[in-house]
Amino acid sequence: MSKSKQKGSGASKLPKRRLGQLQTPAKPSRRELSGAKTHRTRFSDQWQSYRSHHRQVAGESLRRLLKRPLATLMTTLVIAIAMVLPAGLYVGLNNVEAVSQGWDGAARLSVFLKFSVSDQDAQKLRQQLANRKDIASAEYISPSEALEEFRRRSGFGDVLDQLDSNPLPGVLVLSPTAENSSPEKIEALRDQLNALPQADLVKLDMEWLQRLNRITDISRRLTLALAAMLAAGVLLIVGNTIKLAIENRRDEILVVKLVGGTNAFVRRPFLYMGFWYGLFGGLLAWLLLASSLLWLSGPVKELAGLYNSSFSLLGLGVLDSLIMWASAAGLGLLGALLVVGRELRAIEPK
Amino acid sequence: MIQFEQVCKRYPGGHQALNNLSFHMPHGDMRFLTGHSGAGKSTLLKLIMVMERANSGQVLIDGRNVSKLPARHIPELRRKVGVVFQNHQLLFDRSVFDNVALPLVIAGYGHRDIGRRVRAALDKVGLLDKERQNPITLSGGEQQRVGIARAVVNKPKLLLADEPTGNLDPQLSAEIMHLFEQFNQVGVTVLIATHDLSLIARMPYKLLSLRQGQLVSAGGSHE
Repeated sequence: MSKSKQKGSGASKLPKRRLGQLQTPAKPSRRELSGAKTHRTRFSDQWQSYRSHHRQVAGESLRRLLKRPLATLMTTLVIAIAMVLPAGLYVGLNNVEAVSQGWDGAARLSVFLKFSVSDQDAQKLRQQLANRKDIASAEYISPSEALEEFRRRSGFGDVLDQLDSNPLPGVLVLSPTAENSSPEKIEALRDQLNALPQADLVKLDMEWLQRLNRITDISRRLTLALAAMLAAGVLLIVGNTIKLAIENRRDEILVVKLVGGTNAFVRRPFLYMGFWYGLFGGLLAWLLLASSLLWLSGPVKELAGLYNSSFSLLGLGVLDSLIMWASAAGLGLLGALLVVGRELRAIEPK
Repeated sequence: MIQFEQVCKRYPGGHQALNNLSFHMPHGDMRFLTGHSGAGKSTLLKLIMVMERANSGQVLIDGRNVSKLPARHIPELRRKVGVVFQNHQLLFDRSVFDNVALPLVIAGYGHRDIGRRVRAALDKVGLLDKERQNPITLSGGEQQRVGIARAVVNKPKLLLADEPTGNLDPQLSAEIMHLFEQFNQVGVTVLIATHDLSLIARMPYKLLSLRQGQLVSAGGSHE
């Protein structure tokens, strides 16, 4: 093999030899020029061969997994199931939030008036309140209207007929403007209204919504805790699988180390293996979740229809999906990283 | 090329494998390392490959003290040293070509370079027509030659062989030895551990004879 033909190699010792040849010309300027050129070629060659090596190793790891489809599917499925649980909860919570968000705007305050307040005074108060900037609309329901409505809705008409007087107070129903609908502002408004001499009791129709919000907050934290635990599970699953794979390829690792393979070289196929396991697990989890959502979306729509709502189930968005896949692949890689170093150090040629 | 200075190697458990061993093997030399089993031949080779480390003394390879070589520099050293093993250490999950190509892949050679060099090495050992076969289908002698091709494919300056003819009949052994001579003739330093005295008696190379971890003679085989 002639030396001039060895240009393409990334070997460490060859360029040195070529550099030696180039150093013989006397002119220093030319030597510098050729030296720099040589160095550049060498670096880009090495980079190219490094990249092609990575491509090769990634492909080979993939082929190894596909060669044993059943075993690979089992591991992938375990990873997918571990990921589907927190991801499913996350999607569920997003939906709950989307639903409750729609109700936020509908926050209302009911001001129950004292019995001593006459219809006229109540109308005056309504006018006053409707003029306030933080109130979008105010409606007055007089005791007789309230009784009428109650009679119609409750079906206790006969019972009501037996009462001597109307037990219901007049009510002012207020809708705050959108920008004043946050829980804090509404509560402040409630306190102001409570201070009105005409008001007997101010009821926030939103309290149950706030409770729901707190519950979703708690659920969100629980989901995170669950996700953390299941992520640890994924790490262990991948780690254990990789450990077995390393054990299976022990002979190969020994030979590679004997002929000068660095730890990074030996490690690489296993890291890619972890990466693929994670990515496949993530993709499968996504598929499971997407099909579950599809399966649920019909009944959910029907249920929403019963509530006169046009709500439809939110799926995983593009960004969420990408995050899911990336974190799955990352978990796989990390799981591999955690075992590979320790396992490979233990395998030394003797 | 290889220099041992007062090297001692004791294994955990107390076995003294090498005892105050000193010798120097110059560049381009070819020598046989002989001695009974347990005399320290394998230990000597392992110290050169840094598969083991000396308890005291210095091992210099190509002017570099490897007895204190940091672990991260070991691969670099092993790439410069070709090794032929008695049990071949071939991988049966891949072709002859891929076995021979392994050191080049590790060293990061490009595709075309690898193809050219592997074929040159296989041609040298006369196995060019078997590159697509699995080494398990080859005979013992052929497997050993694949091992030799793998040891020299990276053009090492130093070639070590541990009982390379251990399982071969005399004629095949002579062929293998002839191959080593050819590599030596192009400047490769060759050190062959063997206990096959009848084989080396006919060859004009110096001997390193070990007995109980010490050098008994460093003379020529014809003395």
